Formats: sequence, C-alpha cells, structure tokens
Amino acid sequence: MSDLMTREVIMILGMMLVTFGVRYPVLALVGKIDLPEGVFRALRYVPPAVLTAITVPALFMPDGEHVFISHTNAYLVAGIVAVIVSWKTKSLVLTILIGMAVFLGWRWLTGLIW
Amino acid sequence: MPPSISTRRSEFFAGARATLPLILGAIPFGIIYGAVAVANGLSPAAAQGMSLFVFAGSAQFIAASLVGDGLSVGLIILTTFVVNLRHALYAASLAPFMKHLPQRWLIPLGFWLTDESYAATIARFNAPDDSPYKHWFYFGSAAAMYTNWQICTLIGILVGQQIPDPQGWGLDFAMVVTFIGIIMPLIRNRPALVSVIVAGVVSVLANGLPNKLGLMVAALLGIAAGVLAEIAWPVTDPLVAVEENA
Repeated sequence: MSDLMTREVIMILGMMLVTFGVRYPVLALVGKIDLPEGVFRALRYVPPAVLTAITVPALFMPDGEHVFISHTNAYLVAGIVAVIVSWKTKSLVLTILIGMAVFLGWRWLTGLIW
Repeated sequence: MPPSISTRRSEFFAGARATLPLILGAIPFGIIYGAVAVANGLSPAAAQGMSLFVFAGSAQFIAASLVGDGLSVGLIILTTFVVNLRHALYAASLAPFMKHLPQRWLIPLGFWLTDESYAATIARFNAPDDSPYKHWFYFGSAAAMYTNWQICTLIGILVGQQIPDPQGWGLDFAMVVTFIGIIMPLIRNRPALVSVIVAGVVSVLANGLPNKLGLMVAALLGIAAGVLAEIAWPVTDPLVAVEENA
C-alpha cells in the first residue's frame, strides 16, 4: 500500500470509530444510565459553533492567512448574501443556488471592472 | 403518518416515504461533498469509502476540507468526533424507544443515525399507537438515506473528476455556502446567536494557531458562550430539536 492509501484507510477507520462511538453507546445505554442535563445543553451548541468556526475564516480570509475585507472579496460578498437568503427563506437549496450564483457572478464582474 | 395496519413492510416503506423531503435536501449536499472531496486530493475510493463507512454528512465535508488544508489524520479524526457529538443528543432521545431491541438492531440503527432519519422518525416513535414494528419505520428511513447518500457521493466524484480546475468553478465556495444554509436556521434564540458570534470572531483571531487548532478553540469557546448566555436568556425549547440538514 502506498503512503497515501495507508493515510486514507487510517483516516476513514478513525472517523468511523469516533462517529459510531458517539451514536451507538448512547443509543444502547441511555435508559440504563442517565447523562446529566448540562451535557445535553452544551451539545446543542456544537453544530452551530463548529460550522461557524469553519465558515467565517473562509469568508474573511480567502487566502487562509490575511483578513481581506473588500467589495472585491467575492467570498465575503456572496457569503453575506447567503446569510440573508438563508435567514429569510430557511431553504438550504435556495441558499446554495443563490449563494453560488452571486459568488460566480461577482467574481466575474470584479475581474471585469476592478 | 403511521400506516393504518402496521406491518414490518408497511412501516419500512412509510419510513422511507416520510424521509423523502429530507432526502431532497441531502442530494446537493452529497453531490457537492463528492466533488469537493476529490478536488481536495482524496482518492475516489476514499471519498466513497467515507460515505460507506463513516456516513456523516457534515463531518465528511469538514474532513474533505481539512484534507485540502493538509491537516494531520489525528486532528481530522478529533474534529470528526467534535462535529458528531450532536448525535449523542439524537441517540439519547431515541434510546427509550429502543430498550427492547437486540444488538443486531441496535448496531445498524446506531450506525445509520443521521439528522434526517432522526427528524423523520422521532414523530413515529412518539405516535400514540403501540405498533411493535416502529423500528422498521426507522430502518426504512435510514436505508433510504444511506442509499441516496451513496449514489449522490458517486455522482459528485464523477462530476468532480471532470472538472480540471475546481476553484475556477467555485466548488470551494459551495461548501461554505452549504454551511451557511445549515447554520442560519439553528440561530433561533439569543444564546445561539451569542455562540455563533463568539465562535466566528475567535475563529478569525485564532486562525494563526498551528494545526488548525484555532478551529477547535473557536468551537469550544462558542459552545461555552452559548451555555453561559442561557443564564441571561433562558432557553425553553425542548432539549432535543432537529432543525438542520446535515
């Protein structure tokens, strides 16, 4: 096996174990043992906090290093539009379609004008 | 929509049908995942293998982007763990209905637990009738989700391989915009807003930390901020509520 293949196999096995390790034991054990309510309170903030921590740098730091706040930053402009669309419509599909259209259109326009 | 006469078969298909609207939402997500994964350097086999063996949309997406960033395998696995912690909520909510089931049911149902199947199934479990086959409803829902996810991943991989320059097509932004569409509906009260703002600000400030640790720091501080904000603005929602698409 090549190094890359080994790396991918280990990654998938590891991800499988931790994912199953969260889902299955709780399903099998709760009712037999109780988890404190505080744990569940904290868990509710996991999805929005994690996803935000991934998304915000992608919008404000498209090169991965420097904060770039400008109308020529298509990631930021389309990201703001997507936030508004999602907030108003709650539709994932509309958010993706309009966000992508604005991103590609804005990048094309900024290439032409600025 | 419980079937009028409950049999294993009727519950199975009712579960699959009840999950259909959620499956429609997962289709673009699965296709984009497959395309992003190969664009970021995962082999097609690994991209499909992740869907087959891990089966966790958001976590797969994030792992694919972290592979693109060149992050170590250990940190990718750790991030997967944190992202999937929310499944403990769903599992705890379903567990009381599964007490009587043997391991040969608990293991696959545990593996197949997703946001979508939880959302589609919990109402069936809570329905007043005492059908002994409600777990077949879950089985139908999960089987439909799983099958769809594999097909969408494959389509995404094939599409991704045809695109020589994924950045040029904005595929890297496709993931970002998908996440925005998942996050926004989750912000339903002030503590959630506080959590998201803190996570967002810290993620930029802590971006320079090595090994993408800024991501973990920002997420943990965001979670802590949300919990603390509940002191000022108590949250009355039920503890387990599904409102996302991943």
